[in-house]
Amino acid sequence: MSEPGATIFSFCADPSSIDGFEWLACYLTTAKHLSIYWSVGTVLLLLAITAPVALLFGFGGASAARSRVWPVSIIGRSYIAVVRGVPDIAFFLFFVIALDQFFEYLRHQVKCPDWDMPIRQGNDFVVCAAAKLPLGNAPQWMHEVYGFSLAVLTFSIVFGAFAANVLYGAMRAVPRGQIETAEAYGMTQRQTFWRILVPQMWVYALPGLSNLWMVLIKATPLLFLLGVEDIVYWAKELGSTKTSKFTDYPHGDWRMWYFAGLLVFYLCFTKVSEAVLGRISRRLSRGQATAAGEAQRKAALS
Amino acid sequence: MKTLILSTAIVALTAGAALAQDVVRMGTEGAYPPYNFLNDKGEVDGFERELGDELCKRAELTCEWVTNEWDSIIPNLVSGNYDTIIAGMSITDERKQVIDFTENYTQPDPSAFVAMADASVDLSGAVIAAQAATIQASYVASELPGATLLEFATPEESIAAVRSGEADAVLADKAYLDPIVAEGGDLAFTGENVLIGGGVGMGVRQSDTELRDKFTAAIQSMKADGTLNALIAKWEIGEQF
Repeated sequence: MSEPGATIFSFCADPSSIDGFEWLACYLTTAKHLSIYWSVGTVLLLLAITAPVALLFGFGGASAARSRVWPVSIIGRSYIAVVRGVPDIAFFLFFVIALDQFFEYLRHQVKCPDWDMPIRQGNDFVVCAAAKLPLGNAPQWMHEVYGFSLAVLTFSIVFGAFAANVLYGAMRAVPRGQIETAEAYGMTQRQTFWRILVPQMWVYALPGLSNLWMVLIKATPLLFLLGVEDIVYWAKELGSTKTSKFTDYPHGDWRMWYFAGLLVFYLCFTKVSEAVLGRISRRLSRGQATAAGEAQRKAALS
Repeated sequence: MKTLILSTAIVALTAGAALAQDVVRMGTEGAYPPYNFLNDKGEVDGFERELGDELCKRAELTCEWVTNEWDSIIPNLVSGNYDTIIAGMSITDERKQVIDFTENYTQPDPSAFVAMADASVDLSGAVIAAQAATIQASYVASELPGATLLEFATPEESIAAVRSGEADAVLADKAYLDPIVAEGGDLAFTGENVLIGGGVGMGVRQSDTELRDKFTAAIQSMKADGTLNALIAKWEIGEQF
């Protein structure tokens, strides 16, 4: 019942008459398959944005947690404790909807001050049309960008809490002597923090952070809970049984092959990550008073 | 990321200055042929796509299609991420406590059991697979006390469970199972069909009475002039009106 879509190869006009390699070539280039290729980009983009933002959240959380100002320290500690304690899936199901409603509630207060109906009507959350985020008549891509941004924000908050704990530990791992020396040179607290503590803590933080990065890579399927269609969603959708009534390319349950493809993708990605993290680790160890830094120094001497 | 949200907000603000025409966002699952599925182009297609487009035309609404996972399809409607659910959702009292439904656009649809063709299954004591949060799942739980219910997030997984031997049979809409049994080869219908649910309707927020009435009126007009029956026949949904 579906007409053949725009195809890349000319011989794809009638898929039922071809087989073998040509069939596969046509099958793998349907518009629907292009979606899974795009979703690889979505996942990579999510990681590329989330990782630095989560690190920023983590840095903020760790700095707050070790602050000498008591309320700031409490905020930092509770952020770390609460977010680490809540299961990811609960966070992704409820927090995002709550966050979205919070933004809409704020906009509602600003834009529709003379709205006389309650915002909570039984089960429904109703704000005025102008407060909708994105607006109900916004194009679909805007809804997608908004959903994606919410996803990035949620991932960053969750992984930021874990990163905060890692960085908090790393900050404490910097040898006390380094700080004392800085103080003896007359550096202020701020200078000690930025010039001595922060540059040296990364080498202690890296093992923990690289763990987080690996977990983050594998957590991206949670995206679909937020309505962002990721590679796992498309693998499930494309691999599921297709009968000839609803597609030009009928096939049985091929999810296994699609998931095998995902496996290869994730393994390759992990391999590349490991190589990059290894390089970063070597770079950070240079000149450090750690076993790795000492080994580098000796290797350079001999 | 923050700039992303900011820029989205700014774009939304400027674009929202003139509320041109309200867009009704139609939420569907996209994994339940013939009701709704994604075609080779990756677009929503099926009985409900054609029906929904026609209803929107008759109600003079601009509609846009979005897909959402079945599990969270009601929470996302209620919190306003789309405005209707048109996803083969049967009208039940349980769901009516949370959302409203338009008039039904299908008759109560026969559901059927499917098992491996070479197996003889005693349904009263079998392990039966069904999609979670469906009328079929609650039917197995309440009407077949001797049977064990296995719930899956997608209908596809419930079929796979029968093939793998994890479940003895699967209970789902007959219209969904028909093409799978016809082409699967290894599967066959077993036992009697059961009629469950009050027919399929469109879900809307309880506060959206205006939208609900518009769609109900459009459904009635399609029932009256026979176009709904024609669509039901075209997609082999089941009983006509």
